[in-house]
Parts: sequence; structure tokens; C-alpha cells
Amino acid sequence: MKKNGIGAQLYHCAFLIFIMAPLLIIVAVAFTSKGYISLPTDGLSLRWFIALKDTPEIRTAFFLSLKLAAISSTIAVGLAVPAAVALARHRFPGRDIVSGFLMSPMMIPNVVLGIAFLRFFNIIGLTGSFTLLCCAHIIFIMPYAMRLILAATIGMDRDAENAARSLGASRLTTFRRIFLPLILSGLAGGWILSFIQSFDELTMTIFVATPGTSTLPVVMYNHIAQTIDPLITSVSTVLIAMTLIFMVVLDRIIGLDTVLIGKN
Amino acid sequence: MTRASEKYFPYGLLSPALLLFIGLLFIPLVLTVILSFYSFNSMSGIIPTFTTHNYKAIFTDPYYIGIFGRTGGMALLVTLLCLLFGIPETIILSRMKSPWRGLCLVLILGPLLVSVVVRTLGWSILMGREGLINDFLVFTGLADSPVRMLYTMTGVVIALVHVLIPFMIISIWASLRKLDPWVENAAQSLGGSSFVVYRRIVIPQLLPGILSGSIIVFALSASAFATPALIGGRRLKVVATAAYDEFLSSLNWPLGAAIALLLLIANLAVIMGANKLIERKYKHIFH
Repeated sequence: MKKNGIGAQLYHCAFLIFIMAPLLIIVAVAFTSKGYISLPTDGLSLRWFIALKDTPEIRTAFFLSLKLAAISSTIAVGLAVPAAVALARHRFPGRDIVSGFLMSPMMIPNVVLGIAFLRFFNIIGLTGSFTLLCCAHIIFIMPYAMRLILAATIGMDRDAENAARSLGASRLTTFRRIFLPLILSGLAGGWILSFIQSFDELTMTIFVATPGTSTLPVVMYNHIAQTIDPLITSVSTVLIAMTLIFMVVLDRIIGLDTVLIGKN
Repeated sequence: MTRASEKYFPYGLLSPALLLFIGLLFIPLVLTVILSFYSFNSMSGIIPTFTTHNYKAIFTDPYYIGIFGRTGGMALLVTLLCLLFGIPETIILSRMKSPWRGLCLVLILGPLLVSVVVRTLGWSILMGREGLINDFLVFTGLADSPVRMLYTMTGVVIALVHVLIPFMIISIWASLRKLDPWVENAAQSLGGSSFVVYRRIVIPQLLPGILSGSIIVFALSASAFATPALIGGRRLKVVATAAYDEFLSSLNWPLGAAIALLLLIANLAVIMGANKLIERKYKHIFH
């Protein structure tokens, strides 16, 4: 294996700075004591994190996004498990079309999804419904849940299941006691990845969001489009910290490279 | 269980997901296609007729042609820059030693999990008139006065490369792991210069990853919304922001739907065309 020369190492450092700079600047600015965007040159201050407490708009949006992401990723995983079993273990007419259909939200630009949902909600007269927003998010995150759960289902050893069945366990018992525990890591990985995707989604949600159903990314987008102040950097810092925690958890459960790159 | 119920069992397992997808994805998409053939006038709003007027307007009005042209050019430039900077970085990563490699991979791919709004905000702060980039340029004498980056295509392209380059690295990384390092060593020991080894041995083997990475980056930058909207501003419109404005400012939903559907069609055409190309290239290399 060849080694990296000094030029390559310099390039690598420059690349890492490029990747990290926008995130580091946000975290740095969030600790400023001044009322405008500036680096905390004269000491760190938690002023803008404390200010978050008195901004109900952002707090409400944060908890709405949490609730939305938790509910929709749970339902998406619940729908993806039987679908993955069907696709991984059965050959039936229309199988390729069905799997393409369930993965299609990844191929459709989010703007198009947003417009389609807005039009549909408008026609059935239910704009601003939290349930429908959940449904939209379930569809959007389904490919992410499917990918990891399908990989876990295909990759698992079926001996234990066959043994349980031959010893007289019912299909449901085998599913509950053998199958689910064996794909648990794929299940958890799929749930977390779906959660993150739902929590971060902006482009589709901004079309269907109403004042009552504005998620955190939507509120943040509207805020940044008007003004950039230290308050928005402190929200962003909280999100960056949350992502870091999720990354550590994901890495422990199934390995970050499996989630991000797909294969082992 | 009887044979007949066994036959329908997979459909039973799929039915909850399929019902949701048919009811809340397929039907809304069909409704959007229908909407794009309606007409609009500012007095009476959306008029349910059948007209190809919206599509004609997009294909003939220089304003919309300009938006599609700008978006295509932007996506192409972002893809090329991601290739230019992503290929060497992936090769460098593959040559790193074990603990450092994993750490650097996480640092580079981790930002994918951070909201695009947050990453774009970072660039807005860095690119401002009194931002760090301008401080640096003026301090080192590379520029006499602050350079305008916000509300320019340069700024949008830089931020989009940052947002999307992890996808390029993921794709190339996946095909790099299948690469046998001994082939490179063999080529070199047989007298190939580094440049020749790269051009003839390494790059061709990475081609599948390079092409699939390019498809992903191109498709995502062509439909990007948050970054062009926040860094490009209201005047530097791309297809996604133009569709958004038709829906939420002009309220011309039929036209907005037509713009979005053309984006979908263009994206699918590029993805499928490039996939065909990959299949052919694969044959050329491995058979």
C-alpha cells in the first residue's frame, strides 16, 4: 500500500478544514456575548442558549419536529419490516415494481413531493393536519428505513428460525421471539436514520407547513431568510450536538460506515 | 396454511406500505400532473381546463429557460468540482492508517446527518462581508477589498459542493474497497509512472463509483432548494426556488406544478441515461 506524500497530507488538511469550517463557525458564534454575529473574542457566554428558553416559536417547533420524527420513523419501520420480509424471502409477480415503488421517494425531488402533498391536502381540505404531515414524512423516509431493514433481513441466518418452526412455534411466535431480535440492529439503525431524515427535512415540509405545523427546519429557514443572529446559531449548535450523539449511538449499534456507505 | 393463501402472503405483508404509497404518493402525483394542465389567472385563480399553456410558457419564455439553464449549469459545475476534489481525497483516505482513516471518514461523512439549513447557515456566516473568508483574503492581501460571495452563483456553488461532496466520496469509497492494491503495485513495478498508473489502472477501476457519485450529486444539486434560496437570495433563482415562488408568492399553482414536473422528468432522464452509460462502461472494463 502506498503512503501519502506531504502534498497529499496538506491537501487532506485543507479538505478537512473546508468540511468542518461552516459547522465550527456556527458553534463558535453561538458562544458570543454580543448581540450580533461575532466570534467570542472576549470570553464565552451562554447568553444565546439561555435566550432559546424565551423563544416559544423555536421551542414549539423543536418539540413538534421531535414528535413528528419519532412518530413517523416508528410507523415507517413498522411498515418496512413486513415489506422487507416479503421482498427478501418471496418471489412473486410484480416484485421489482413494488420494490422500485417503495424506494421511489429517493428519486423524486423533494420539491415535487412537497407540491404533490400540498395539492392533495388542499383538495381533500385538510391542510395543516399533523396526521397527514406524518404520512408525508413516512413516505419520504421509507427508502431509508427499507434499505437498512432489507439488508438486515437478507443478511440474517435463517437456521434459528427454521429450528423454532420445526419445534412447533407458530409463525407469529417465530417472528416475535426469533426474527425481530435477530434483525434488531438493522431495525434500530433504520429507525435512527429515518428519525434524522425526518427531523432535518425542509424542502418538502415547507410546502405543506402551516403556522400550526411548522417544523424546526421550516422555522429556522424562515428566520435565516430574514435575519442571521446569534440566536439561530445557538439552535444550530444544539442540533449539531444532537447529531453527534446520534452518530455515536449509530456507530455503537451497527457501525457508522454501514449506515453511511451501505455495505461492509 | 393453504396454497392459495401462501401465494398471496407476500402481498399481505406489503399491503400496509403499498396502500399508503398508492393513496398518499401515487394519487397526489397524478393530481399534480393534472394540475399542471390547468390554467391560471390572477382574477379567478386556478381554472380547471386542459391546456398545455404552462409547458409552452416554460419552453418559450426566456425567463424560465434561463432558470432551467442556470440550474443545469450549476448542477454540472457542482458535479465537476465534487469529482475534482472528491477523487483525490478518497484516494488519500484509502491510504491512511486504521484509526485515523475511520476518524477522518466520520468527520467528512458526518455532516451529511446535519441539517442542510444548518450547514448553509455556516456558509452564510463565513461568506459575509465581514466574514472569516473575507478577513482572510484581505489580511493575506489576496484581495484588496471584501469580495462579494453572498447572493452570487460562486457562493451557491461553494456551499453546494460542501453539502454534496460526501455523497461523491461515499460512492467512490464503495468501489475503491473492491480495488486490489497489488494491481497498482504491479503496474508500478513494471515501470509505469505514477501518472500512467493513475490514468490507466486506478481511475478506470473507480469509474463505476465515480459515475454513480456523479449521478447522485447532479440530481441532488439540480433539485437543491435551501442552499440556493439562502445563499443565492431571491433574485438568483433556480428551478426549485422558482417552483416555490410560483406556489407561495404568485399563487400560480399550475405553472409551479409544471416547473416541478419538468424538473422530475429531467432528473429521471439524467439518472436513467447515466445508469445506461455505467452498464456499458462496466462491460467495457470487465469483459
